[in-house]
Amino acid sequence: MDFSEVPVSPDDKGRKKKKQKKNKKKTQQEEEDGAAQQTEQKPQRSEPAAASFPPTFSVSEIKNKQRRHLMFMKLKQEKRKQKMQLRKKRKKEREALGDKAPPKEVPKTIENQRVYDETTVDPDDEEVAFDEGTDEFSAYFNGLTNPKVLITTSDRPRGRTVKFCEQLATVIPNAHVYYRRGLALKRIIPQCVARDFTYLMVINEDRKVPNGLVLCHLPEGPTAHFKVSSVRLRKEMKRRGKDPTEHSPEVILNNFSTRLGHSIGRLLAALFPQNPHFVGRQVATFHNQRDFIFFRFHRYIFKNEKKVGIQELGPRFTLKLRSLQKGTFDSKFGEYEWVLKRHEMDSCRRKFQL
Amino acid sequence: MGDRRRLCTVWLGSETGILKGVDVSRKQALNFCNSSHLSREQEVRSLCWGDPAESELLVGSADGTVKTFSVEKGDFTDSRRCGNPAEGCFTGLAPLSGSALVTCGESGMLRVWREDSSQPAIELNAGKNVCRMRQSPVNQHSVATGGKENGLKIWDLERPEKPVFTAKNLRDDWLDLRQQHWVRDMAFIPNTDKVITCTGFHQIHIFDPLSPQRRPIMEAKYGEYPLTTLSLPASGNMVVVGNTHGQIAMLDLRKGLVCGCLKGLVGGVRGLQCHSSQPVVASCGLDRFLRIHSLEDRKLLHKVYLKSRLNCLLLPSRDLEDRGGATEGEGLSQELKVEEDEVWDTMEQVGEGDDKPKRKSTEGKEVPQKKSKKR
Repeated sequence: MDFSEVPVSPDDKGRKKKKQKKNKKKTQQEEEDGAAQQTEQKPQRSEPAAASFPPTFSVSEIKNKQRRHLMFMKLKQEKRKQKMQLRKKRKKEREALGDKAPPKEVPKTIENQRVYDETTVDPDDEEVAFDEGTDEFSAYFNGLTNPKVLITTSDRPRGRTVKFCEQLATVIPNAHVYYRRGLALKRIIPQCVARDFTYLMVINEDRKVPNGLVLCHLPEGPTAHFKVSSVRLRKEMKRRGKDPTEHSPEVILNNFSTRLGHSIGRLLAALFPQNPHFVGRQVATFHNQRDFIFFRFHRYIFKNEKKVGIQELGPRFTLKLRSLQKGTFDSKFGEYEWVLKRHEMDSCRRKFQL
Repeated sequence: MGDRRRLCTVWLGSETGILKGVDVSRKQALNFCNSSHLSREQEVRSLCWGDPAESELLVGSADGTVKTFSVEKGDFTDSRRCGNPAEGCFTGLAPLSGSALVTCGESGMLRVWREDSSQPAIELNAGKNVCRMRQSPVNQHSVATGGKENGLKIWDLERPEKPVFTAKNLRDDWLDLRQQHWVRDMAFIPNTDKVITCTGFHQIHIFDPLSPQRRPIMEAKYGEYPLTTLSLPASGNMVVVGNTHGQIAMLDLRKGLVCGCLKGLVGGVRGLQCHSSQPVVASCGLDRFLRIHSLEDRKLLHKVYLKSRLNCLLLPSRDLEDRGGATEGEGLSQELKVEEDEVWDTMEQVGEGDDKPKRKSTEGKEVPQKKSKKR
């Protein structure tokens, strides 16, 4: 193969194509080689290069980077055009059919493709009902205790964490914020129990950003450890309402379906008093989606019989469960009911734990 | 119903007080309790076989009663009171010859109960905070106790005045600080007098009562979380331990090195038992699952969801799953069986034939079998 004889074509692809074609020809006859070169060069000049590619050609075979980039962009544009055309066509068809149009397809998401979890709680299950009826939260759900929450932080909290604590205390009724003063949690817990606290909430901070939450139900546990992310304080929110009132909010828990999800849901529900003040029109929402728990705090108003207006009051944050431990906080000697094992558990993206 | 009961091979005690039987090959679980009388006070703390034929189960519940469960009848036949709940829950339960019974509570009162008497025949104090009491599989009268700040003690029930062996505390550490005892579980190593323990400080110790040394003759460490249970597989030279974070590991007893971990658990392990002849280990715990792993390739063979937190587990000495398919409803069981199970079944039959000392000869047998399969 002698390329010096061939007049230098404007693009490198010419060579490539020639190579390919030549390979094909080798199987047929080698004598026609010179004639073939001439015939090849014609389409190069007359047609745009992309049109004459054999179907097996891929853009990544082009060795010139600029050229490759250009070709790739072209390819993308073309694909997009085709897609838009198809869409328009479909839309027209739908409009033409009118009411008889077939129902729209539901998009595939990893949530609706979720792998079935055998621990999903069946509401009629006697055994699970008994288990839940006699667990550590049964006193709260039977109306025997009223929640009283102690909020504290890791040592020496800075700016945002302090504010986050204060704002949490306005969301959760009967919450008390205390400075940590370097105390050990295992020593705080007996004192909390003696003072009738039902929850101990510890917010951990790292480089002035709140990043962890330990939620310990008292007096018997369990203790949950969450990762906290995307904290947005009231000040940083757009279109927020006036500061929340003292009324105890309503609580919405969404999508806690498995057995573990149920325990987490119960843990979060027991933070708030059981009979909300509907006068306050405030709602706290814990929405679970793909194992992330999103917290939002809203005020609603019924504008008329059909319309409802909502107004976010803040703060908002996202929780992700790291571990659930039986008993009060004891990270060293406690027994864990569930631990997040990252590379073992998240091998399947469609499997969710909560 | 009767057949199904007989097919139950794994028995588990739950925190809600329900005795559960699991048919492994069909992944079916049966609850044995009257659902009207469910209460947490009946929480099953320990399980053991009542007789060598394995037709009766002894169930020790948290309120201090020991119930007898007949596998054939599928019902509780007898219940007797062994100690009061104020003394703490059962930490161990073992049968003695002549339908006598050994119980041990958390308070450390180790008692032997003869039949038809409400007073214990022998009573001895094993010290406070006992975490576990185990009976030697060879000598029924030899039991071991241990707990928090309560080292390993081996007792001979025929001479209950003094323990046969008391472990000495570990040597002070390099800072000259005292090291604590915290025995969480122990087992008698077969064919020797040695006893293996696992501790809350993630250590595994082997004690030899025959040697003059009362400190452990070997120490191994696994992980950084408290070890809760251990079990010795049939193949020897190995121990399987589980901890509070749901990690199970196999350790070699000769050098104390980890030779494999079993995956798939999410919650702390409470019960662990190796099968007496097959190379499988069953585990249960706070994650409410029964899991059966193979010890050879460490794969998860079975996983059954049982709805309550599980405290203890008991395996029979017979094979875990082949009977079910053979006796009745072959079509059904075949439907439920995964292909893996079938592979497993064939492997078992090879295992049945061989005895430990005749290793070479069995290996010779195995090879032609494999070849024939390939053909």
